[in-house]
Amino acid sequence: MNLLLLGVNHQTAPVALREKLAALIPDAAAAYERLKALPELLEVLLYTTCNRVEVLCATEDPETARARLQEFLAGNPEVSPEVLHEALYVHRDQDAVRHLFRVASSLDSLVVGEPQVLGQVKEAYRAATKNRATGPVLNRLLHKTFSVAKRVRTETGIGDQAVSVSFAAVALGKKIFGDLTGKTAVLVGAGEMGELALEHLKAQGAGRLIVANRTLERGLELARRFGGEAVSLEELENQLLHADVLISSTGAGDYLLTRDQVRAAMRQRRQRPLFLIDIAVPRDLDPAINDLDNVYLYNIDDLKEVVVRNLEERRREAARAEGLVAQEAVKFMGWLSTLEVFPTIIALKEKAEGICQAELEKTLRQLGPLTDEQRRALEVLTQSITAKMLHDPIIFLKRNHHPKKPHQDLDLVRRVFNLDPDRRREFGGKDKDEG
Amino acid sequence: MADAFLYLTLMAYFGATALWLAFFVAQREGFCRAGAWVLAGGLLCHTLALARQTWVLGYLPVATFGEALLVLDWALVAVFLFLSWRFPIKVLGALAAPLAALMVSFAMVLPPGPVTVSPLLKSFWLTIHIGLALLGYGALTLAFLGGIFYLVQERQLKGKKFGFFYRRLPSLEQLDTLNYWCLSLGFPLLTGGIIFGSLYAQHTLGRFWSWDPKEVLTLIAWLIYAVLLHERLTVGWRGRRAAWLAIWGFAALFITFVGANLWVGGYHSFASFLKAP
Repeated sequence: MNLLLLGVNHQTAPVALREKLAALIPDAAAAYERLKALPELLEVLLYTTCNRVEVLCATEDPETARARLQEFLAGNPEVSPEVLHEALYVHRDQDAVRHLFRVASSLDSLVVGEPQVLGQVKEAYRAATKNRATGPVLNRLLHKTFSVAKRVRTETGIGDQAVSVSFAAVALGKKIFGDLTGKTAVLVGAGEMGELALEHLKAQGAGRLIVANRTLERGLELARRFGGEAVSLEELENQLLHADVLISSTGAGDYLLTRDQVRAAMRQRRQRPLFLIDIAVPRDLDPAINDLDNVYLYNIDDLKEVVVRNLEERRREAARAEGLVAQEAVKFMGWLSTLEVFPTIIALKEKAEGICQAELEKTLRQLGPLTDEQRRALEVLTQSITAKMLHDPIIFLKRNHHPKKPHQDLDLVRRVFNLDPDRRREFGGKDKDEG
Repeated sequence: MADAFLYLTLMAYFGATALWLAFFVAQREGFCRAGAWVLAGGLLCHTLALARQTWVLGYLPVATFGEALLVLDWALVAVFLFLSWRFPIKVLGALAAPLAALMVSFAMVLPPGPVTVSPLLKSFWLTIHIGLALLGYGALTLAFLGGIFYLVQERQLKGKKFGFFYRRLPSLEQLDTLNYWCLSLGFPLLTGGIIFGSLYAQHTLGRFWSWDPKEVLTLIAWLIYAVLLHERLTVGWRGRRAAWLAIWGFAALFITFVGANLWVGGYHSFASFLKAP
């Protein structure tokens, strides 16, 4: 059994080519219909993310399978085989497994650590199972992939570093409040970044959302979109008493809030922590506010610096994740080889038992009448001889001396014990009369 | 002092320290769970060691500094395990477990207890006085440790410099809540300890309060905690100020526990336990 993975990604193919290839997929049912018709593919999975188009299969004949899959990918008339050949990468067995793990763990993404890609692979797998395109090997591989991706996420810091300004703000909020559920967020002024931050806060469970804008209509519109309330800018000081997080993005030129205003508000708030985010240029909030106890003021540069540091951190964590992924890929290949070891062991045992049984019957016929105990003793004798004879070959198989070529030992044992009589011609053996 | 149970306790506390530090660095849940179990095992051995000594001596062994340290350590671990079972304060183990291990180590190298002690020390009421006071110390020590964490984390958030600790320490809110829990557990215990001690003093010495150095220092610590609790409840003091007060209160308690016993006279000092007053 071999695994074969073909595909193009953002590093090898321009978006135009990826688009054309992805155009093959929208109708998953039809694509799988064609793939399943190829006799070389035992199991197959097709997936696309924003940055890649890949097809993975389990096959006994990787060379033909590769050619067939290449034909399949070049099936779109707008894709020229030469261009495709240029951009296409092919991974086999352990490399294929590692590649899939890397994709699902978001190590192969444009933005390393982005969480969406795992969902896309899951979705593709669901489509494949719906079309009955996968089998025991790919099912196991995909489930392993999901657990590896989860391990990477929990055991390395690859995902917990915010790499966008608005998400960095949310992460900071969590370090201040612990939990953002039920917190009140105030957005002052409209603007893309502020709205994005508000959206993130809402996704984190923020309870009340208040929009304060110079023009009330725009404020009302925003509030409607987020399911919040709109207030006028004059009420800002009042809103400070309820707010937990305040995002300011008017860039009006004057300070909207001064240190004294905030200090007075803090007294009335009984010192409940206040997280102020000033993403406006020029700044809306007096920088001296940060000196107040229990008030945390971050401006756009502070947040950007957080993001830059996080990106560095993420790269470091990605290196750790690579190690984990490589390790898991080796483990999976180990499983894949035992998958074939066990049928071999069973075949070996069956063959031995068959010989035993036949010889025993012959001997019993010649010996004449025996007591039950004598009969039993003979049976035990033959059984224990075969068991002991087979013990070492079985251990040899299970130990798997060539992890990189798991098939080598297996093949040797099958040939030595002649477990595949129909394969005899391959290695020039001669049929011999058995007993 | 050399007691098999005590050696087991020591090993368990050091084991828990290693696990908790590993948890702190690697942030894997498994380490902290294992650490809690090992610490609990250590507490069991610790309890058995104390119970055995109490049985043999006929009184709670607090007649020397080493003995008192051992009981205080027991109280610290007990309160920590109780709180961490109820509240998410796992990360505090990274400070509490090493402290517990060090305290047992110190207690074991200090000279052993006296053969005879004042009969006053054998009273049940005195045991209550000491037990409550030391449990209170345990909780307030945790408030102190939490306060250190709070200040570290607050510094990172205010200064916008995020180092090793930023990712590993919990949110400010959690650390501040921890301060409140420890305070609201430790303050009543300490108060109870003082009241029982004063009633016992009235019963045996004929006066509630003698301005003994230890009493004065405890009163100072108690006042610090009283102010903190009062301000917390009335005007909502929290955060940095609460953390600092927990640290100052602990400093007063520390001087009370170590200083008053070793360097200052008075009937609370260990030297006076050996003779009848």
